Parts: sequence; C-alpha cells; structure tokens
Amino acid sequence: MRRIALSAMVALALGAGPAAAAETTPLPEQDWSFAGLFGHFEEPALKRGFAVYNQVCASCHGVNGLAYRNLAGIGLDENQIAEIAAEKEVEDGPNDEGDLYMRPARAADFIVPPFANEQAARAANNGAYPPDLTLIVKARKGGADYLYGLLTGYLEEPPAGVTLGEGMYYNAYFPGHQIAMPPPISEGGVDFEDGTPATVEQMAHDVTTFLAWAASPELEARKRLGLKVLIFLVVLTGMLYALKRQVWSKLH
Amino acid sequence: MTDKATPASLDHPEDGSRRDFLLITTATVGAVGAALAAWPFIDSMNPAADVLALASTDVDLSPVQEGQRITVVWRGKPVFISHRTAKEIEEARAVKVETLPDPQTDEERAQNPEWLIAVGICTHLGCIPLGQKSGDLRGEFGGWFCPCHGSVYDTAGRIRKGPAPTNLEVPPYTFGDDNTIRIG
Amino acid sequence: MANPKWIDATVKWIDYRLPVFTFVDHHLVDYPTPRNLNYWWNFGSLAGIVLVIMIATGIFLAMSYTPHVDHAFASVERIMRDVNYGWLMRYLHMNGATMFFIVVYIHIFRGLYYGSYKAPRELLWIIGVLILFAMMATAFVGYVLPWGQMSFWGATVITNLFSAIPLVGPKIVTWLWGGFAVDNPTLNRFFALHYLLPFIIFGLVFVHLWALHSHKSSNPLGIDVKGEQDTIPFHPYYTAKDSLGLGVFLIVYLAFVFFAPDFFGEPDNYIEANPLQTPPHIVPEWYFLPFYAILRAITFDIWFISAKLIGVVMMFGSIAVLLVLPWLDTSKVRSARFRPLYKQFFWLFFVDCLALGYIGANPPEGLFVIAGQVATFWYFFHFLVIVPVLGKLERPRPLPESISAAVTRRGVKTGRAS
Repeated sequence: MRRIALSAMVALALGAGPAAAAETTPLPEQDWSFAGLFGHFEEPALKRGFAVYNQVCASCHGVNGLAYRNLAGIGLDENQIAEIAAEKEVEDGPNDEGDLYMRPARAADFIVPPFANEQAARAANNGAYPPDLTLIVKARKGGADYLYGLLTGYLEEPPAGVTLGEGMYYNAYFPGHQIAMPPPISEGGVDFEDGTPATVEQMAHDVTTFLAWAASPELEARKRLGLKVLIFLVVLTGMLYALKRQVWSKLH
Repeated sequence: MTDKATPASLDHPEDGSRRDFLLITTATVGAVGAALAAWPFIDSMNPAADVLALASTDVDLSPVQEGQRITVVWRGKPVFISHRTAKEIEEARAVKVETLPDPQTDEERAQNPEWLIAVGICTHLGCIPLGQKSGDLRGEFGGWFCPCHGSVYDTAGRIRKGPAPTNLEVPPYTFGDDNTIRIG
Repeated sequence: MANPKWIDATVKWIDYRLPVFTFVDHHLVDYPTPRNLNYWWNFGSLAGIVLVIMIATGIFLAMSYTPHVDHAFASVERIMRDVNYGWLMRYLHMNGATMFFIVVYIHIFRGLYYGSYKAPRELLWIIGVLILFAMMATAFVGYVLPWGQMSFWGATVITNLFSAIPLVGPKIVTWLWGGFAVDNPTLNRFFALHYLLPFIIFGLVFVHLWALHSHKSSNPLGIDVKGEQDTIPFHPYYTAKDSLGLGVFLIVYLAFVFFAPDFFGEPDNYIEANPLQTPPHIVPEWYFLPFYAILRAITFDIWFISAKLIGVVMMFGSIAVLLVLPWLDTSKVRSARFRPLYKQFFWLFFVDCLALGYIGANPPEGLFVIAGQVATFWYFFHFLVIVPVLGKLERPRPLPESISAAVTRRGVKTGRAS
C-alpha cells in the first residue's frame, strides 16, 4: 500500500515512474513479515527457508554472497554453522610444498556453490544457467512476490496455442512464460524439523523469506534505525517550524 | 514603526527570552542529531564483519625440528613458532622474573615448554624482529633482536633490553593433538 | 581594516589577519536578502547540503570499494553486508544522487519561472548550467561503479554516443574505454573521475555563489531591490527558513533511504555485469530519462547526417540551449507572475519535460516514438521560438513599485504584528 502510494506520488512528481510494466499476469501479493515500517524476519520461517534452499535449490543455485558465518542471522549457533560448513570442501593453499589442497569449509568461508563456474553450470543444465540466488529478490521486478509467484506458478499443461520448446516448462509469471527450470518444489519435498507441513505454498513462502533475508540482511537494523531517525527528524522539524514562525512573526 | 526590520528590533524582552529558549533547545537537538549522525561514518572505518571473522590459522608442527623456528601468518600478522631446545627452555626459566621490564614467567608464556608461540611484531613500533633464520642476529639472550631500534628479546619472547615496553604478544592458541595447533 | 563589530579579543586578532568572521558576517549573517523569497528559494542551499552529504558518504564508500571488474560488484556487496553501517553509507549515496537531481531540477525550474537568469545574472545562470552538466557526468560515471548489468550497459550505450562524431568518433570511443570494450581500464578511470568531479562541482558552486552574492538573490516579484526597506538580513530570517526546509527535505530523503532504498533503482543492477548479455530493457536512471527520450526521438537521417548523430547533438543541445537562454528571452520582465502568457507556456514546458521523462522510461515502440518526437520538438520550440517571440508580443501586467510596497500591502491584509 505504502509502496503504491509512493509510486503514485513519485510518478506524479516526476512523470517518470518505474519503467513500464511488462504484460504479465499480476503477481500474487503475499503478506510478508518483512514488509512495511516494522518489517522483520521470523526465525522459524528463515530456518525452514534455509532447509528448502539447502535440500532443493542448492543442487543447482549458489548463494555466493553469503558466508557460512552469516547463517547466524537466521538463528543458527556456532556449532550448527561449523557442522553445515564442514559438509563442503574448499580449496586452500598453497601449502609448504606449493600445492593447492582441499579442506573442509569453515564459518568464514563463502557458501560453496554447486558449480565451479558458469560453463560447468550450463553444461550440467542443458545449456541453461541457474542464476545465483543471493540477490535474486532485489534483482527481479516484483521482488518477493515475483519469486513466490514463480515457484508456485507452474502449469502442468501450457494454455492452448502455446508450444513449449524442448525441455521447457510453462510458468505463469516468468517473462515469456517458458522456463528451463523444472517445477522445483513438490508437496512434502522437505522434512521440516519443526513439524510444519511442507506444502508447496509453505515451502515457497519460506524459501522466499530466506532469500529476501539473503538479499537484504540489513533490513531489520535498517528499519529499526529508520524509525528512530524519522521520529527524531519529525520532532526537530516541528521545532524548526515553531522557530521559523517566531522569527518571522516580527516581520509582517 | 518603519518597515526596516533588523534582529535588534526583535529584542522585546518578554519575547526575546522565549525565542532564546526555543532557539537554544532547537539548536541543541539539531547538534545532538548531527553528532549522532557522525557515528556511522566513524564506525564504518572499524574492522568489518568479514575481517573480524577471519579464519583462525591451523599449523602442523610435525615438520618443525627442535631448535627450528618458523613464521606463520595469522590475521595478516607474522606469528613466530619456536621449537625450543632444552637449553633455551632452561635459560628462559632461570631468569629472575622480578628483574624484567615486563615480568612474566616462562610458564605464563608457553603452554607447552617445547613450543613458544608469539606474535612476531616488536612492541616498540611494529617492526619484525630478527632471529627466525639460523643465520640471523638473535641478540645477547638468544631470542630475537629488532633491527629498527635495538630491542632484545629472550627465548621466551620477553623484552630484556632496548626501547620496547612489553614482551612479544602471545596470541590465543590451542593444541589440537600433539602435532597441530590452532591460532586464534 | 579591523572590523569594529568584533569585541572579543581573539576574534579581533584572527579577523585582522584572516577576516573569516567578517566574511561569514558579510555572506551569511548580515547579508541583505530580499524579504519576499518564497520556499522555492530553499532549493539552492539544499543542493549545497546534498553535495556535502554526497562527498562525505562517497569518501567513506571509497575506503571500502575496489575499482576492478573482478571485485567491484562483490566489494559493493561487502559494503552492504560486512562494513559497519556500510548499507547506510551506500543507500545514502544512492538515494542522495536522486535527491540531488530532484532538488536541482526544482531549483532550475524556479529559475525558469521567475526569470532568475536575466540580466545581471546571466553568468550566474551559465555557471549553474555547467554545474548541472558536471553533475550529470558525475552521476553517469558513478552509476558504472557497482558494476551491475545496468552499470555496464549504461556505460556501453552512453560512451558509444561519441562514435556518432564523424571521422574520429570510433577513435574517441576506444580512447574513452582504454580498450575495445567497456572493461577494467574503463572502470578504473571512471572511479578516478567520479572521485574528482565532485570537487570540480564544489569549485563551480563557489563561483556560482560568488556571482550570486555580487548581485544578490532575485525574488518572486522579479523587481530589483531598491533599498534597505526591501531586504532583511539573511540571519536569522533565512537561516531559520532554510533550516526548516532542510528538516522537511531530510524527512523525505531518509524515508526513502530507510524504507524504500531501491525505489529509484533498477533491479537489473543487482545482477553482476555480463558483457555477453544485454538486459531486455535497458533504461538510464530516472534523472536522465528526458534526455534519453530526446536522444531516441530522431529516427530519420537528414540529408547526409545520420539519425544517430542528430540524436546525440540534440541531446547535448537540450542542455546547451540553456546556456543561451538569457539572450533568447527578450522580455524585460523577469517574473512569470506578471507575464500571463509566459506563465502558461512555462507550465506547458514543465509538462513537456515530464512527458519526455515518461517516454524515456518506455520502449521506443509505436505511439511512444511519435510522442517522443512531438515532445522533443516542443522542448526546442519553447526555447528557440516561444521564449523570444513571447517577449515581444506579450503585454506584462504592471509591476509593483517596490518589494516592500508589495509585501506591506499583503501584510495589511493578514494583520501586522507591530
């Protein structure tokens, strides 16, 4: 709502609002805990979202911008982080013999991507490139709503008159509707530790929350500080208004 | 009353004090805000989260012979690892601690007497003392000698002579098993 | 030599040797200012404050930024994630650029409406246009630094403009790039320029103020100050008014920084630059959209001159025309308040600029092409035909005798305090 009001305001003020919307299906608007003035991330959702990422997405998509230590932000403790990190190996070195060697990843290492480089990723995925997901929520128009729509927007049969390319799937929200990624999440695809039933909607919602956090880990701190700053400024501006009136009252 | 208005003409006593009060409070609130706003700028120059989280350094001690010294890098700083000989240990322990500029016993400085681990940065002005290679000058106490301003350290890395105020810093470290240590 | 105003011995001592106190007194305290400036006159000092905010945040960002194609994108993300308050510095800087242009555009339209560019303030205006141009250059090279997709393709498209220059064009583009495509040398030099240009702007602002203080501010009535009764000291009147304006401005600015920091940004710039793939819909930052629309408006060759060259010339011409505006305007009256026809054409021109912005944001297809051409035509027609002709034809309304006379009449209506 606020965003709409802002868009309208700025579009009026500048006549140059956000670039023209593409002619796609309107996105399914979700109720996100991190939206709005008091937006925050809910830890259980983040943890479930990470589980979905780790067990489903991570086989093709990296989150290169996150280090294992960052997982403290979703509520994991040091030991859990060390355990998750140690599952993967990273290259280190050179050692005293001058050789590079593999060692288990540590908290300070970046989360190990599934493919060494873009070429390897394409080769393993029929020529398609699964993008890195660190910033995906900020890097797509529509943000979290788009991502949720994409994950839940697969149609089993394309609408009449649409012929899909080889190995392509029909998605209501993907630009052009033909997507190379098979429907990634299916009912019960992940066992949530907290016992939440793993419906497609639940998983899509949670993994989107996790990725929204991955894109903007500063969000909570930003909004908290922002509220204080704005309250301060409103008070100060009120005082400045009174002062200005007082100074000028003598003149007219 | 002319139309010319100057600040002087505003000085009606009864209004003046009210204006002063408002002016002073507003200016104070504004100044506090400006001062608080400076903090993010200053703090942005402190070590960032990735720097603070820099990995600890693991060192395999097995190839280090008795009497040999090696240098490893920890948080961008050189760390001296000295596999001390019996004679060196004895020398370090024989010293009368209270006579030292920075009194510390050898036991306080070495968890395991065979191994001395210390940050290889002279506590005077940050040069790296000599003594790691066998041909290096080690100073009269057989430890390290800083070529910049002549500070002399003993085999426990304690300052014995020269301008440095304190002993070489001992970093936090733990022995994994007999052959490895983790610094940091 | 010694200013008799100073009583404190230390102040006296310093001021005798380096008259800083006299300078401040002269330009910020006792500085005589027309008594009828409205809130549109706030935007000049606001622009100065935004420049300072931009330089401050920029310097601290530069401490953590790496101008190398392999590291630039990641170093910006490191600023956002790991550097203490790095996200705040970066969002302040990003949205500060937007606010800078909003403030400066309002400042310019105020000048257009009230005829602030007319004699004796032509040079003041011209320096202002140079500041605008320097700001655009700074914003353009700055936008390249995060090395996202829009950074890269924006840089590619804009530097390619120079290839329209006959004969030497391609050589110039290669020279700008320092290679055969936008690449590491380009990023490196853009960083150097992005650090340099703000200080050039700062110097220009100083000259701008120098010129301003030589003939003092114009005012909404557009008539000259006739004497002391028309002016009030800058302090406390305009310090109070400017501070209030600053407070309101900061609320708007920081609301975006804290609650909608990416509102003015393009999602594509959160994808690292990929020289092998152009995003489907590339647009410049919003503040360049009107100029972008002018650039794309020309779709046809004229004689032997290519559409590309005309587009580029028109785009630069749209700013250059402002340089000669003081001589294109033939009216003796400054303020649009007393020019009923000009006032209407001013608003038409304002709408035309908004339309150009809207057109620039949309793909150049169908109606947008025609609309872009019409709007571009009107932009130049306004300056080159309407403004000169209007000055001759229009019968201005009678001007008030003096600022104080006009203000006092209004003062009587609202009831005077003393």
